[in-house]
Amino acid sequence: MTDTPQTPVLQARGLVKRYGHVTALDGTDFDLMPGEVLAVIGDNGAGKSSLIKALTGALQPDEGEILLDGRPIRFRNPLDARRHGIETVYQDLAVAASLDIAGNMFLGREIRRPGLLGKVFRMLDHKRMREESARHMADLKIGLRSLTQPVETLSGGQRQGVAVARAVAWARHVVVMDEPTAALGVKESGQVLDMIRRVRDRGLPVILISHNMPHVFEIADRIHIQRLGRRIGVIRPADRSMAEVVAIMTGALELDEDASKEASRDASAADREEIRASGSS
Amino acid sequence: MTTTLTPSKPPKPSPAAGPSAARRLLTTPTVGPLVALLLACVFFSLNSEQFLSGGNFSLIIQQVMVVGTLAIGQTLIILTAGIDLANGAIMAFGGILMAKLAAEGTVPPLVAIALGLLVCAAFGAVNGMLVTAIPLPPFIVTLGMLNVAFALTHIYSQDQTVVNLPAPLTALGETFAIGDTRVTYGSLLTILLFLLFAYLLGQTAWGRHVYALGNSPEVARLTGIRTARLTVGVYTVAGLVYGIAALLLVSRTGVGDPQAGQTDNLDSITAVVLGGTSLFGGRGLVLGTLIGALIVGVFRNGLQLMGVPSIYQTLITGVLVILAVTVDQLSRRRIR
Repeated sequence: MTDTPQTPVLQARGLVKRYGHVTALDGTDFDLMPGEVLAVIGDNGAGKSSLIKALTGALQPDEGEILLDGRPIRFRNPLDARRHGIETVYQDLAVAASLDIAGNMFLGREIRRPGLLGKVFRMLDHKRMREESARHMADLKIGLRSLTQPVETLSGGQRQGVAVARAVAWARHVVVMDEPTAALGVKESGQVLDMIRRVRDRGLPVILISHNMPHVFEIADRIHIQRLGRRIGVIRPADRSMAEVVAIMTGALELDEDASKEASRDASAADREEIRASGSS
Repeated sequence: MTTTLTPSKPPKPSPAAGPSAARRLLTTPTVGPLVALLLACVFFSLNSEQFLSGGNFSLIIQQVMVVGTLAIGQTLIILTAGIDLANGAIMAFGGILMAKLAAEGTVPPLVAIALGLLVCAAFGAVNGMLVTAIPLPPFIVTLGMLNVAFALTHIYSQDQTVVNLPAPLTALGETFAIGDTRVTYGSLLTILLFLLFAYLLGQTAWGRHVYALGNSPEVARLTGIRTARLTVGVYTVAGLVYGIAALLLVSRTGVGDPQAGQTDNLDSITAVVLGGTSLFGGRGLVLGTLIGALIVGVFRNGLQLMGVPSIYQTLITGVLVILAVTVDQLSRRRIR
């Protein structure tokens, strides 16, 4: 990241979402800068998943606007967001178990054979899809013995790897990962975190939703803290301890409001934030 | 997405080499049924002189072609994690409709056939819409439709068998010769249908989507597959296939029989399950269903040639089904 002002890749201003008299989003803002890993954290009911759903088209906000590369945009459904280059890796819903890796990589975007076979007989180009899948998997250094085994025979980490590779292969703008390590063991989580790093190194910004503070601190460039339907601050992991961040998240600590606004505009603003104790615990 | 860093040869994994061809073969759910079918053929060849002959095999295929064709539609629906209890009744209605319209000369025979196919497809479409739009469980929807189609068949036919069918309706019952063996056109059509659906399921995007839908509708939806449209499509195509089964039925028996097909729904499920397709959806092959149908046919035929009473054939079929589901369940446990 440079110090020159950049246009956020994905931005949200004043998003509001109400369900009856429950307010899930209460005017929340959001900024994702180019090439960063932005973690989104928050207690249950903080509006974390509503925010992510709004950003990926799974939910229509009642108020506020979303900007992609600085231009206002509306996503009518998840497919719409995907067409605009925003790919999401869902926690438990990542892959079709009985299909092989290439089948999953190209699910919904299959490549047909060239010429008559593809046009008239709708025949799939299995060879090409396998080759491209192999390349994408190799790019992310996901080692697998075979691309033709059903993904249900893979370990949880490898399966998540397939889902990540698919998202990365198709994402032009943003990769969103919803609790990608929640169901994984220590070693497999490490593999997924490595993958996220490689995605970022390829220039794709990543939004990471996670409850796992050590993982967030290990991987995130910035941390978006969501509380009571609003963004209460954006911090850098280097500037705050894990305990402080948890305290902010749960409301035990409060970020200075002006500083928080600054942070929303500029990644480096995190340096200027002030924390003051709110007194409660 | 264009990747410039393309290694001339992907280091690992290589797309061509699997976990060894032998291992993949063993994990294919169709291999078990195929071995069972071959063993059964060997057994009956040793125990009956008439079993191993072209004529007898032609007969077996004729005996299984109606249920086998129904089982193609059943396979499609079971792959989406559904079930169809109404297929035999839909076929019976389609058959009686074709037969009656053609025999009474209401419309030309070919139009009667087309109407029969169309009505069967419409039954499938309604099932599919009830399953997706409300949504209702396929078991309940098709249980209801089983009764609706059964009743309509009897109301429309007034419980009368329709005879004196014009030629186009019995054409599939005609035979041609392969060497010394007479084979019906209906048998040929059945085999071609199996090959067609093996192609559609294995080689087209539509087939992939059917499997993905059976694995998890939510995964399929999130990958951008229009799951409701796909489901309605599958039930409609299945209905059309039931219409073809109706034509095969009429051509084989030479009459429109309102009592036909009453146990064919369960027999088609038997064929699907014996063929190694999982009742939980997303796993299986339509050629496995062909093998499953042939297993039933070979056992019936072989035991008959050996002079075993027919009730024992039913007994053995039942045991085989339970065996097949057990194998499926155990192999799933190993994967998880």
